[in-house]
Amino acid sequence: MKHRIAWLGTVGAITAVGALVLSGCSGASNTPETDAAGELTPITLQLQWVAQAQFAGYYAAVDQGYYEDEGLDVTIVEGGPDIVPQDVLAAGDVDYAISWVPKVLGSIEQGANITDVAQIFERSATTQISFKGKNIETAADLAGKNVGSWGFGNEWELFAGMQRADVALEDISLIQQAFDMNAFLSGDIDAAQAMTYNEYAQVLETENPDTGELYQPDELNVIDWNDEGTAMLQDAIWANADQLESDADYAANTVKFIKASIKGWIFAANSPEDAAGIVTAAGSSLGQSHQLWMTNEVSKLIFPSTSGVGLIDEAAWANTVDIALNTQNETGATIITTEPPATAYSNEYVQQALDELEADGVDVMGTDWTPAEVTLNVSGN
Amino acid sequence: MLTSSEQAAPLTRGALGVATAHQPGRSGVYPRLRPGLFGLAGLALLALVWELYKTLGPADGVILNGVTVLPRTTDLAMPHLAVMFERLFEPVTGAASALPLWLAVLQGSLFTLGIAAVGWLVGVTVGLGLALLMQRFRLAESAILPWIILSQTVPLIAIAPLVRRWGAQIQFGEFTWASWMSVALIASYLAFFPVSIGALRGLGSPDANHVDLMHCYAAGWWKTLWRLRLPASVGYLLPALRLAAVSAVIGSVVAEVSIGLRGGIGRLIVEYAGAAGGDPGKPWAPIFGSIMVGLVAAGFMGVIGLFLRRFRRGEVAA
Repeated sequence: MKHRIAWLGTVGAITAVGALVLSGCSGASNTPETDAAGELTPITLQLQWVAQAQFAGYYAAVDQGYYEDEGLDVTIVEGGPDIVPQDVLAAGDVDYAISWVPKVLGSIEQGANITDVAQIFERSATTQISFKGKNIETAADLAGKNVGSWGFGNEWELFAGMQRADVALEDISLIQQAFDMNAFLSGDIDAAQAMTYNEYAQVLETENPDTGELYQPDELNVIDWNDEGTAMLQDAIWANADQLESDADYAANTVKFIKASIKGWIFAANSPEDAAGIVTAAGSSLGQSHQLWMTNEVSKLIFPSTSGVGLIDEAAWANTVDIALNTQNETGATIITTEPPATAYSNEYVQQALDELEADGVDVMGTDWTPAEVTLNVSGN
Repeated sequence: MLTSSEQAAPLTRGALGVATAHQPGRSGVYPRLRPGLFGLAGLALLALVWELYKTLGPADGVILNGVTVLPRTTDLAMPHLAVMFERLFEPVTGAASALPLWLAVLQGSLFTLGIAAVGWLVGVTVGLGLALLMQRFRLAESAILPWIILSQTVPLIAIAPLVRRWGAQIQFGEFTWASWMSVALIASYLAFFPVSIGALRGLGSPDANHVDLMHCYAAGWWKTLWRLRLPASVGYLLPALRLAAVSAVIGSVVAEVSIGLRGGIGRLIVEYAGAAGGDPGKPWAPIFGSIMVGLVAAGFMGVIGLFLRRFRRGEVAA
């Protein structure tokens, strides 16, 4: 009898703990998805990383109600290290995704039928940075150096730049870079990969042990792939190609989504402090000055715009495709082996969005836009 | 006669009890504290080794044949313990609304602990179920056991995003699959393995003569299971449950990193990594958090062990 009671007690205790834990978890996962106004069309957007100002325009468009104005109820789905946005989109789990063109070109060749409907970032933010003392000013100087790269599709501009400068992959030692810049700061990496809006700032937020002050931009050499001519197109809005073809509502929503997103980006460029605050409120834990720096730097990738925010420049697209076809990585592979299909990009939707915005009197060029001056603090605070 | 033996029995018991109580090292406050003291001493030793190496070790670390055997001792690579702890009491960021770091990490730890616990429960349930099935049917053992072992060779972390995507397609009625469930699923996938193997060993552990005795009593399989096999399996099950708990925690953290699930320790590890340069103490905070989650999980296993202590007779002290 005693035996049985002890058993039952144990089982009961375990069940009770389990029930507690379960109820705790379900409370944490409640996300507001339903809107009081039932007429909005639910739309999901898959990002390629966790919430940060790299996506300030979309967060601003949600916060400022731009999507709602277009009749859309947009839910932003954060990414993560192993989340591949174009795969999530191709699988039909989300309506739109943000991803880099070279990364998606490979997926398209493998069968993902998706379309670049708006090239939000006109310029590339990828650079290779090094301390002045290393004397690395151009891609040609990389020969014989320890060169860092994150890999996973982030390496192609670097490889293309080296190929153009006749630096073979055997001439450098390629080092896998982590999420942090410690390997660069401690000298294991001579030239590290850095996004202007993130890792470059991380270095500038670090105290130089020799001077006791933060590292300054004049202590760094920056190889900018835009200048080297091997920049590839980065953050773009991708849509499901089949659905664009078959579903008139989806096609119409695509125009609305792009239109509101562009308005969000214009807001972020003109009110970087507000936009940075919106992103932080959306759950980013980046420091204030870092968030503001990031907002300002991604705005520089968009404005001033050559022919309207989001419009895909055919020459830039062709250049990206050319690099994707002809640049070899360390295994001799290229991103793609044949030209991408015609459905890989389309200006149809973004053009319509731009026309509507211009009709509303919105400045979609930002010709007179000037970036803010952002002072970075220690650790981005 | 009767009276004397009745009197003798309690006397003997009492005498024995007194004798046990006076055995050195078996009673009093000190021996109860001893494991805890040793644990603390171990921690202090670790801290001492860390600080000693940081002070005495070469700044560039120890490199043999181009391979780094010991890390750098710079403030960037090995911040002082004091830096890490002071950092815990500063806010996460400079924003006015920012929480103190320890609180943010604590919240993340609780979130991860919750997911790991769900994963553990599911894993233990599945593991026990499989073990019972295999114990009951020989055929099932031959059929399932190889698959159970094969299951652990799947690089599950690599397919964590796939699990999330499959989950996203699950929806019936009010129920929608949330991302945390994918993480819990991965935790349970790692957790079920030691339980199924350990429980199978444990259920098969009673001596043949004990099993035969149950036969003689005309006890059916269920009765034998409840009276004999389950109690006998406790000694095998507890270490398996402990392993499962640790696997569930590790699985949760890694899966959180992989899919960037907001709220948990894994996400904090990803987010704080960027601060490594300017704020070397910060990335260590979530690591302390995950250690804490592991300790709590292990402590919970200890509690289960206490509940089941009457079945732990044959267990060799580990």
